[in-house]
Amino acid sequence: MAKELLKVTDLKQYFPIKGGMLGRTINNVKAVDGISFTVYEGETVSIVGESGCGKSTTGRAILRLDEPTSGQVEFNGEDLLSLSKRQMRAKRKDLQIIFQDPYASINPRQTVRQVLEEALQIQNVVPKSERDAKIAELMEVVGLGAHQADRFPHEFSGGQRQRIGIARALSVDPKLIIADEAVSALDVSIQAQVINLMKKLQREFGLTYLFISHDLGVVRHISDRVIVMYLGKIVEMGDKKSIFDNPQHPYTKALLSAIPVPDPEPEKKQERIILQGDVPSPIDPPSGCRFHTRCPFATEKCKVDVPELRAEDYMKEGHVGACHYMKEIEEGTHKPNY
Amino acid sequence: MTKATDTLIEEPILEIRNLQTSFFTDKFEVKAVDGVNFAVPKGKTLGIVGESGSGKSITSLSILRLIQNPGKVKGGEVIFKGENLLDKTEAQMRQIRGNEISMIFQEPMTSLNPVYTVGQQISESFQIHQKMSKKEAMLRSVEMLKLVGIPSPERRVKQYPHELSGGMRQRVMIAMALACDPELLIADEPTTALDVTIQAQILELMKDLQNRLGMSIIMITHDLGVVAETCDYVAVMYMGKVVEYAAVKDLFKHPKHPYTVGLLNSLPRHDIDLEDEELQVIKGSVPSPADMPKGCRFAPRCPFASEICRERLPDLEESEDGNQIRCWIYTDEWDGEPEVNVNGERTS
Ligand SMILES: Nc1ncnc2c1ncn2[C@@H]1O[C@H](COP(=O)(O)OP(=O)(O)OP(=O)(O)O)[C@@H](O)[C@H]1O
Ligand SMILES: Nc1ncnc2c1ncn2[C@@H]1O[C@H](COP(=O)(O)OP(=O)(O)O)[C@@H](O)[C@H]1O
Ligand code: SF4
Ligand code: SF4
Ligand SMILES: [Mg+2]
Ligand SMILES: [Mg+2]
Repeated sequence: MAKELLKVTDLKQYFPIKGGMLGRTINNVKAVDGISFTVYEGETVSIVGESGCGKSTTGRAILRLDEPTSGQVEFNGEDLLSLSKRQMRAKRKDLQIIFQDPYASINPRQTVRQVLEEALQIQNVVPKSERDAKIAELMEVVGLGAHQADRFPHEFSGGQRQRIGIARALSVDPKLIIADEAVSALDVSIQAQVINLMKKLQREFGLTYLFISHDLGVVRHISDRVIVMYLGKIVEMGDKKSIFDNPQHPYTKALLSAIPVPDPEPEKKQERIILQGDVPSPIDPPSGCRFHTRCPFATEKCKVDVPELRAEDYMKEGHVGACHYMKEIEEGTHKPNY
Repeated sequence: MTKATDTLIEEPILEIRNLQTSFFTDKFEVKAVDGVNFAVPKGKTLGIVGESGSGKSITSLSILRLIQNPGKVKGGEVIFKGENLLDKTEAQMRQIRGNEISMIFQEPMTSLNPVYTVGQQISESFQIHQKMSKKEAMLRSVEMLKLVGIPSPERRVKQYPHELSGGMRQRVMIAMALACDPELLIADEPTTALDVTIQAQILELMKDLQNRLGMSIIMITHDLGVVAETCDYVAVMYMGKVVEYAAVKDLFKHPKHPYTVGLLNSLPRHDIDLEDEELQVIKGSVPSPADMPKGCRFAPRCPFASEICRERLPDLEESEDGNQIRCWIYTDEWDGEPEVNVNGERTS
């Protein structure tokens, strides 16, 4: 088994809601509420779920872009949360992030060369005399061509700007790249180019990806393992095949069934589970199983008892789900109430 | 040039002929919509797909004559129920908008007015177009909210847009668009900003309302899954032009235009495991409107491009199956490989 690169244990991220005359904390947004997972060296783990479920917050907490409320984040065996701010900044050489919006994350007044030079200088990984050569190499690696280095971001298309973001992340030879909706804003033809590029770079440089996305088509294509989140918690986690072909949690099933299939006459027509209502607020999440307000299988027990992540004997190794009735639903003895 | 109606057995409620809309900047003209042709059969849904900037939204705004400076509809015809909307006066257009043709926008928050309650906004349309009293209009608004599946509508009519979730706001938009029982609904990316589980609710709702009310729909989207699920016909746009127009099943089963084929092949799918295969890509990216290719707009990215493609723009021609295609491969003038394999199917 490959080496553990990132180990997240019981991570919580609460954002205080201030209120009243004294500006006291009157409540908390429980954006991430006790999640644990491991990422092994060289693999791609995706975090999926609907908007607001805590995907980006998880990525930001790992990098300490927001200080997490509690929990542990170990990287290469080292506890990131106990590092000083300065030590953490130095660590960012190993952990890079690529954001969704290539426009917002690049300084528009710098040429691509200046963007990359700055990144190289901050982490001081390459001696000054070799920086030009490194920049040229990076530009070629991401398929932009060295001759484009002196252009400004606005002179590039969205897909090209995303490549600049990737080049910048790669410039410091990171071990782990957290990609937060990195291809979501791109048109499919360009998106495919960037996905292929990311996979190629992973093979060449042995990169590890934590890939955050709401697009399950992209996730199926890029991941080795998948984490499904709902309202700040992990509801299911497993290897890609198990999650897509044998989902166990009712939420994962509903999510997968809701995606429109680009084929008007699909071979196996799947039954769509239409969920009622909206995702509840993470301020006062529902008691018991957080999904019970929308779950077609919910019982009285679900309103009270919190389901823990666990495996049934028929599930593949490493595949876990947090639902009281996985086996009963699988066997058809627990029926949906619609 | 063939007319879009030639392929359709059904009677069209809307027919666009050679529509041209441009934006005039200091330096050059951006031909956002550059000779678009298509028809919307009555009671059916036409999908318009294409990459960002291909002219989908500008086409729909041109239909409703909502193009603002520095943009201008330069020419063509928009035939709605037999009459050219481009010949109407502004007063006549106001009667048509929101009454016979309604539109839903991608961002519900930008098109709902934050200072009025949901009820006031839906009522307005009833008061203006159907001359209802305030009280009557409010009662109808409650009914509309019920129709689009909003729980406790009596309470919701009194709320402001910011008090609703994204999915509910989109339902309110649909309620407003349907208030006057339009014959044609133009929906520009109606679910793009929503989560998939909410999108599924909204698409289901739109289908259900179409069945009950019998309206025709233009569905603008970049999501080929949404097209496959909701549309009867599809127009694929590239750089301001329709490059392929086909019945939805034909488009997905036998895509003909190299661009359509490229789009379908580059789509990573949640329902199919490609194992470790690479996604197929369309090389390069959409050229800027400033250096618009002279011949076929797709030629710089097309794997089949030949001499004629770089020199001359192909017309939108009807093919044997009644669909339409804008590509030299399918014409007698084709000067490239005699047998091209566009999508696992040989043409000759
Ligand atoms: N106000 C404007 N001034 C100049 N050019 C414009 C303006 N509005 C649109 N355009 C141009 O017209 C073309 C078509 O734009 P349109 O908004 O129709 O694209 P779209 O297909 O709807 O794209 P998207 O999928 O991103 O919504 C683009 O090249 C765009 O840059
Ligand atoms: N800085 C913040 N202050 C308060 N609430 C926040 C902050 N950042 C995120 N949240 C809230 O935390 C929840 C999870 O957000 P996020 O992680 O961004 O979701 P996503 O899964 O869409 O990436 C949401 O309810 C969001 O509104
Ligand atoms: S624990 Fe209950 S509410 Fe939660 S997913 Fe399982 S059946 Fe549904
Ligand atoms: S006309 Fe030529 S360049 Fe254009 S799509 Fe057809 S083969 Fe390709
Ligand atoms: Mg996010
Ligand atoms: Mg648009």
